[in-house]
Amino acid sequence: MLDNLIWGYVYPNESEIQWSILIVLYPYITGLVAGAFIASSLYHVFGKNEIKPVARFALLTALSFLLVAMLPLLVHLGRPERGIEIMFTPHLTSAMSGFGYIFSFYLIIVVLEIWLSFREDIVKKALSSHGWKELLYSSLALFSFDISEKALHDDEKFARKLAIIGIPSAAFLHGYVGFIFGGIKANPWWSTPLMPIIFLMSAIVSGIALLILLYIAAMKIRKHAIDHKCLQSLAHYLWIFLILDVTLELLEIISMKYASREDIDIINRLLSDKIGFTFWGVQLTLGILIPFILLLMVNFIKKRDTLKMIMISISCIFVVIGVFAMRWNVVIGGQEISKSLVGTLTYVPVFFSQEGVLPAIIIFMLPFIILRVVTAILPPWKDMEEETQKLK
Amino acid sequence: MDISRREFTKIGCKIIIGATAGTTIVESLITNSIAAENSPVKGGYNWEEHFWGYVVDTRKCIGCGRCANACKLENHVPFDEEVYRTWIERYRVKKTSLETREEEVVIDSPDGGIEGFVDDIPAEEIKKAFFVPKICNHCDNPPCVQVCPVGATYTTKDGVVLVDYEYCIGCRYCIQGCPYGARYFNTEKGTADKCTWCYHRITKGLLPACVQACPTGARKFGDMLDKDSEVNKIIDEERINLLKPDLGTKPKVFYIGLDREVK
Ligand code: SF4
Ligand code: SF4
Repeated sequence: MLDNLIWGYVYPNESEIQWSILIVLYPYITGLVAGAFIASSLYHVFGKNEIKPVARFALLTALSFLLVAMLPLLVHLGRPERGIEIMFTPHLTSAMSGFGYIFSFYLIIVVLEIWLSFREDIVKKALSSHGWKELLYSSLALFSFDISEKALHDDEKFARKLAIIGIPSAAFLHGYVGFIFGGIKANPWWSTPLMPIIFLMSAIVSGIALLILLYIAAMKIRKHAIDHKCLQSLAHYLWIFLILDVTLELLEIISMKYASREDIDIINRLLSDKIGFTFWGVQLTLGILIPFILLLMVNFIKKRDTLKMIMISISCIFVVIGVFAMRWNVVIGGQEISKSLVGTLTYVPVFFSQEGVLPAIIIFMLPFIILRVVTAILPPWKDMEEETQKLK
Repeated sequence: MDISRREFTKIGCKIIIGATAGTTIVESLITNSIAAENSPVKGGYNWEEHFWGYVVDTRKCIGCGRCANACKLENHVPFDEEVYRTWIERYRVKKTSLETREEEVVIDSPDGGIEGFVDDIPAEEIKKAFFVPKICNHCDNPPCVQVCPVGATYTTKDGVVLVDYEYCIGCRYCIQGCPYGARYFNTEKGTADKCTWCYHRITKGLLPACVQACPTGARKFGDMLDKDSEVNKIIDEERINLLKPDLGTKPKVFYIGLDREVK
């Protein structure tokens, strides 16, 4: 059976794929985090008021995904119980060693940012509720109840500063994930200096798309009208980042093909055979080209908000699928070519196993559950529903 | 005392940052000093006095597979899994007509070559054929050591790249980082694993099992600090080559008679 999965000559030790679907999930989730955070910064830092309705919601989304970002990595380790050593004895020449620190630093920033932007609500809740709720919100407020004009103003200033640090750290968090792959000179499909920035752009794209989808879903569930101005402005940013993203992705392929180094034969085989469909079909056509055209049309259509909303939602669904395919093509694609450069192998996902599809699905569902809980404690709905009406 | 919220946050941040940074620094100081004091083997062996090197003479290899077999026996590498610390590759370049300049090369290494090789291409179709034994190169600039996030893979003073099985977290980054496919995942230990040049033997003055087992002398092992060692003589006199020299890994396995097809 193994023989049909292998073509040409692969090194004997390569008969098994080492990094499975969980490692596909890891950059996908961190990407969503970085993207959602950057979307919220459009309001917090760049003062784009159209984004305000979803700015705080975006932060909560970022947090929910950030909380599970570690999981796929941890589950995948051969010795998960030693995973914490990355924090205690990081080996600094390794791109992976910084993960724990960058992750924790970023977590602190996101939590602080959320705390500051929700503090007024928290304090009000604490003052108006009783029993365990009072205790919950008082402790969330860190028992400081000063919501005078001045205090709030200070909060806002501080939050802005934080968000300014937040953008480079979000970029770093994800660009660095790209470097984990880009820094591996042994693998011609990974080793490119463009990798971090490609990862970052696709992260932003997927994060904005996810945010749009969650926003539409939340409003449908809460039976509330959608703020089309906000929606279309998000879609507009999505469109811009899609352009940056596709430019870089194509640039990488074109320069590889143009330079035609010794590894070009195996890269060509990878692109035409192994990941032909997921690369050209899903990543580029479904994930970028179609959304690009749809969003372009949204820019030109006048009025007809519902139609635009449908077009935007379809684009976003395609984008999140496309970015997942992109992660797949990098992580799995890179391992489907042998380092002998004259052979390929095939990854066959298993469903039930420690590194199978099932744990991947479970892990990917967690952030949505967390988001449900967080939004129950810190409802962001007020800003999302201010400008629009409740539907009957 | 009345601490304002802002100060409270400030102090909190300082404590958190201080505590994490502090523990890390102390921990790494301790680990480093322990590692420096304890050369892995004591009693007569001084790792500062040796620097090991390995030579493969591909012209001599007959593909019998004894080396790969000896390695699995010596190092308890499972026979029923596709994992190898050393293996033998067979290259067969097929005859083509003079017009088509494209060469067809058939490469294989069934079961790492342990059982030897069968002739499944008629001899008259083959232009040239040769065997190439492969093993971890114990690179002088090893990417596997570079990428290990916890430092579980390290280079000894005598130039051997080893895995600390008590420390490896099993992330498999090193397996991705090795350009030669020399590493594998040890499912039993849950860690990375690879050739040690039989460190347990060479520190007792013995040869690595594969070198010992080779009937034709295609594999040679020796001390590069000893100017009379066989390895040094070959390096000085022969035209030698390295695997994937362009990657800058600086392998310490030196090849004689390497063909251009070999990667
Ligand atoms: S051959 Fe591979 S495993 Fe051996 S030292 Fe070099 S990079 Fe590391
Ligand atoms: S698998 Fe072990 S030795 Fe290899 S990089 Fe990970 S922690 Fe280091």
